[in-house]
Amino acid sequence: MSNTVFAPWDDPSEQPLIKFENVTKRFGSFIAIDDLTVEIYEREFFALLGPSGCGKTTLMRMLAGFETPSQGVIDLAGQNIATVPPNLRSVNMMFQSYALFPHLSIWDNIAFGLRRERMPKDQIDERVSEMLRLTRLAKFARRKPHQISGGQRQRVALARSLAKAPKLLLLDEPLGALDKKLRQETQFELMDIQEKTGTTFVIVTHDQEEAMTVASRVAVMDHGKIIQIATPDKIYEEPNSVYVADFIGDVNIITGTATPSGDDTYAIQWSEDTAPLTAKSAIPFSTGDNCHVAIRPEKVAISADKPSEATNAVQGKILDIAYLGNSSTYHVELPNGAVIKAQTANTRRISRRAFTWEDTVWLSWTATAGVLLAN
Amino acid sequence: MRRFILIFVPYVWLIALFLIPFAMVLKIALSDIAISIPPYVPQFDWAEGIRAFLAQLDLENFTWLTQDDLYWKAYLSSLRIAVIATTFTLLIGYPIAYAMARAPTEWRPTLMMLIILPFWTSFLIRVYAWMGILSNEGILNQFLMWTGLISDPLVILNTNTAVYIGIVYTYLPFMILPIYSALERLDASLIEAAEDLGCSRFSAFWLVTIPLSKTGIIAGSFLVFIPTLGEFVIPSLLGGSDTLMIGKVLWEEFFSNRDWPVASAVAVILLLLLVVPIVLFQRNQQKQQEAEQ
Amino acid sequence: MTRMSWFNTVSLTLGFAFLYIPIVILVIYSFNESKLVTVWAGFSTKWYGELLRNDAFLNAAWVTIKVAVASSTFATVLGTMAAYVMVRGGRFFGRTLFSGMIYAPLVMPEVITGLSLLLLFIGIGLDRGVLTIILAHTTFSMCYVSVVVSSRLVTFDRSIEEAALDLGCTPSEAFRLVTLPIIAPAVISGWLLAFTLSLDDLVIASFTSGPAATTLPIKIFSAVRLGVSPEINALSTIMIAIVATGVITTSLISKRQVIRQRREEQEAERS
Repeated sequence: MSNTVFAPWDDPSEQPLIKFENVTKRFGSFIAIDDLTVEIYEREFFALLGPSGCGKTTLMRMLAGFETPSQGVIDLAGQNIATVPPNLRSVNMMFQSYALFPHLSIWDNIAFGLRRERMPKDQIDERVSEMLRLTRLAKFARRKPHQISGGQRQRVALARSLAKAPKLLLLDEPLGALDKKLRQETQFELMDIQEKTGTTFVIVTHDQEEAMTVASRVAVMDHGKIIQIATPDKIYEEPNSVYVADFIGDVNIITGTATPSGDDTYAIQWSEDTAPLTAKSAIPFSTGDNCHVAIRPEKVAISADKPSEATNAVQGKILDIAYLGNSSTYHVELPNGAVIKAQTANTRRISRRAFTWEDTVWLSWTATAGVLLAN
Repeated sequence: MRRFILIFVPYVWLIALFLIPFAMVLKIALSDIAISIPPYVPQFDWAEGIRAFLAQLDLENFTWLTQDDLYWKAYLSSLRIAVIATTFTLLIGYPIAYAMARAPTEWRPTLMMLIILPFWTSFLIRVYAWMGILSNEGILNQFLMWTGLISDPLVILNTNTAVYIGIVYTYLPFMILPIYSALERLDASLIEAAEDLGCSRFSAFWLVTIPLSKTGIIAGSFLVFIPTLGEFVIPSLLGGSDTLMIGKVLWEEFFSNRDWPVASAVAVILLLLLVVPIVLFQRNQQKQQEAEQ
Repeated sequence: MTRMSWFNTVSLTLGFAFLYIPIVILVIYSFNESKLVTVWAGFSTKWYGELLRNDAFLNAAWVTIKVAVASSTFATVLGTMAAYVMVRGGRFFGRTLFSGMIYAPLVMPEVITGLSLLLLFIGIGLDRGVLTIILAHTTFSMCYVSVVVSSRLVTFDRSIEEAALDLGCTPSEAFRLVTLPIIAPAVISGWLLAFTLSLDDLVIASFTSGPAATTLPIKIFSAVRLGVSPEINALSTIMIAIVATGVITTSLISKRQVIRQRREEQEAERS
């Protein structure tokens, strides 16, 4: 592995900044976090991704100190912080609603945390100016929160939480309130600021695109448990479960039974009137095991004639076409009734493209295009 | 510790100045009248002990209340006046609330303020204002005689009619505000949808507007009914000697007859009468809150 | 919005006429020359002069103001505490009893509240006077204050308080520096409500006051029991003028603030 790649989680000599050990959090009889263990490293941009109610927000609020775990240990830089109140933690949070103090100016909002530390006045001035520069807000310093736009408020919230130079910054759906275009711009800004300040960021989001864009690692959560932690490309290309494959992006799931057919290769019987599919897998399966093939639509090729050298090829009829501008997704119905999605990039003008509704087409993919999953 | 003080101070205050006084009312309701200061026995005496003290308490005052038909009549008459006055307030208040909710948006805050403004001015003064209007030589009679509608002045002041007018007048804002807030939330497209589906104007109002403002109507009615039941100022200033209302009876029992035990017994029964409407009111408010969430 | 229908216009006109004509008549007749309130004998301000020379009324007014200022201030402190406990206090022993005691005085007939407090004051041997009226008024108006303040606290974005803690505030600093400034308008209107309730109250004050302390409503009540008098009209007019000026001014100020805030928000989004 080359030195330029940032991957402390692969380095056994690195000490994690945050360690959750067998943490459980119950609210009455409801289990929000279920015996969870996770390690987050310094300078990481760590994303907690999952549907609402999966426990990601509870996890973050335990880091901030607003919830105490029912069981287990939370270590921050080697110190158990489970019972430390929020005002004594070197952790700061950027709230989903931004939670700007409406009665204070932007400048006073950013200086708020520094004043609580009894920092000398000239240092406060310096630090606030620096933060205003970093977030390009200098000319709004004297305004009140309601006098600036949503995007600017978001940057004030960021500046305020970064002002105290916390070891760890928590971001709760930081871009949720912005419109799509602004959100994309701000994502890059966030990454830029994270890199400049060298702070460890933990972001909570339900938007998988956002998580994939900004994060160094993504943890996919469901029902209080972490299903998979990996880099964005691994999460996308090598999901460890149908849940993750389905949650991240668009996917075709084909369910069948596996039969080993040589070196890491399996034949998958999935329908009585079609030939078995071929797929490679690093996880071993025995004969007759249930399995799911997860194939991303963009890895399925579509053609008018049967491709000569494809490992897997099926014929079907176009049911629907979703034109998305830069790409089109074709929903193709196979003779056995299954519908498979195939996506092609629209590199040509629309009038020149060949397929339309009811056309009979061939879909094909390689043995390594899909991932074979047990559950 | 800080949290403890925060809870403790208002808690103790309310126990000392609300709960204990109320327990004392209950206790004195069970005592007997006496010519002494304070005018009741038994007085609590530590030397005699609790048992001896409790033994002297009895339900005599309540028996007395059932025997003397003054009290019966006063309770029933209070209930009747409260029900009739609430109905009138609703009938007058609903069209006003409806018109406010249909008024142009920029007028609404001003209209709201105009409804609330009388509420801030003294209750006593507002009742007093009607004395000059309703008396035999009052403005209303002068006006009616001037128009020639009547030749002899109508006797309104010191009758139940004056009491109704006074109640409707002073409690009208309490009826209008909850109905208005229910109607203002009502989506105008619901009426359009009803009309689109074949309702006439009137049936759309009857089938959509009224049911959707039901919580406001109920809340407003209780807000008028509950205080009216124990009302004292209005019957004593506008009512006549034959206007029986329980608040007035309690007052006279206490200040004129100086019969504290009976006054306390009247208070206990008045409160029992109020429990049902209060519980119903609370339930209505809860339902409304749940619907809003 | 479309033009208002004739029905709505008529009900609004009649409704407001009903609400305001009695007050207008009351005010007009305060300027009547005649002692007989119902006969107009020409414009005069002599009843205002009479009023200013009436020591009994002036004393009662002074007592009333003292009581109102003191009781509304205590009620605001206690009511704000109670509201905070109700909304943010979580669970504690006797919470149901506590909330019951907060809401019960709102629906309790005044005659009962007055009677029960009187019995208490006599029972503990406290002489009736200004102090007892203040205690009584504080008790029932703190419940109104707590309703006003807690309805503001309920809509308060809790994460603003959490942000203050997150940035290093202790809980009491967070309350002082963040919560209190934000809920201040509700606290102030709670105070104003408590103040007017105290100013207005006849029944509870009648029970809890002694011969040494007579409030203005008690004075007015004993005067009007005997019939209509132009002096009372003059007094009422002064009270109405003060209240109306106060209410209209505050509502204009708050309306202007809302408009300004909305305009600034729109400008901010456009820039």
